[in-house]
Amino acid sequence: MTSLTLVRRIAARPSIVFDALTTPDGIACWWGPDDGPVLLAETDIRVGGRFRVRFRMLDGTEHESSGQYIEIDKPTRLVISWRWTQGGEPEEAGEESRVEIDLRPIDAGTELTFTHSRLRTEASRASHEHGWNGALDKLARHFTSDRT
Amino acid sequence: MAKLPASHLDRTFAALVDPTRRAILARLAMEESVSIGELARPFTIKLPAVMKHLDVLGAAGLISRSKKARTVAVRLAPEPMAEAMDWLRRYERFWSASLDRLAAYAAAQEAKAGGEHSP
Repeated sequence: MTSLTLVRRIAARPSIVFDALTTPDGIACWWGPDDGPVLLAETDIRVGGRFRVRFRMLDGTEHESSGQYIEIDKPTRLVISWRWTQGGEPEEAGEESRVEIDLRPIDAGTELTFTHSRLRTEASRASHEHGWNGALDKLARHFTSDRT
Repeated sequence: MAKLPASHLDRTFAALVDPTRRAILARLAMEESVSIGELARPFTIKLPAVMKHLDVLGAAGLISRSKKARTVAVRLAPEPMAEAMDWLRRYERFWSASLDRLAAYAAAQEAKAGGEHSP
């Protein structure tokens, strides 16, 4: 899965979700996969403006990513370019990918659709042309059972 | 941080693009060791074409071949696959966990913003 899509239903109106996504104060509260701290968050919310976020994970490793705002349609859509600039995915170094976030108002608040695409040329091509996830999963299981 | 050369992953993914090669890998995932003749049997393509696919898989490090008497046994070498999977899953883990945290944070902000906007 190289073009990654995730959907979340959030109990907050789109404008609040949008602010959480784009303000340094908001970003500092959620960015990163665990409870490690956000060390730096800079955003320049205008088309062509840049963002930079640095966080530390609980395992002590620090990661930083940055990019540019490509599309801003408050409070429903946000498109940014993305690259790891330090300690991120080493294979992705220097390569730019793309993050699209759509916020749709629903009764309960907001439905957020998140897509991270263009992760790798080859990988994206493979996943777009063929659904090979099933085969990959099978092989991953094989590998797992090999180890146990 | 352990570096994995990009070319390494590219080879893995390039090898996976082809449906015949994926079928070969899927079969090897279920059977430990299969002869080339046996691997080629389900396919309509000729043996030399199957051999070419095996060369690609071999170059990507996804299979190993060993010659015993007059048959060549093919086995899955799952490490490069696991590396590719791991690479892809790191993104999923990062964003999935981050978005869960975003959802919790935004919901708290909404609650703070006041009951007058109750849905």
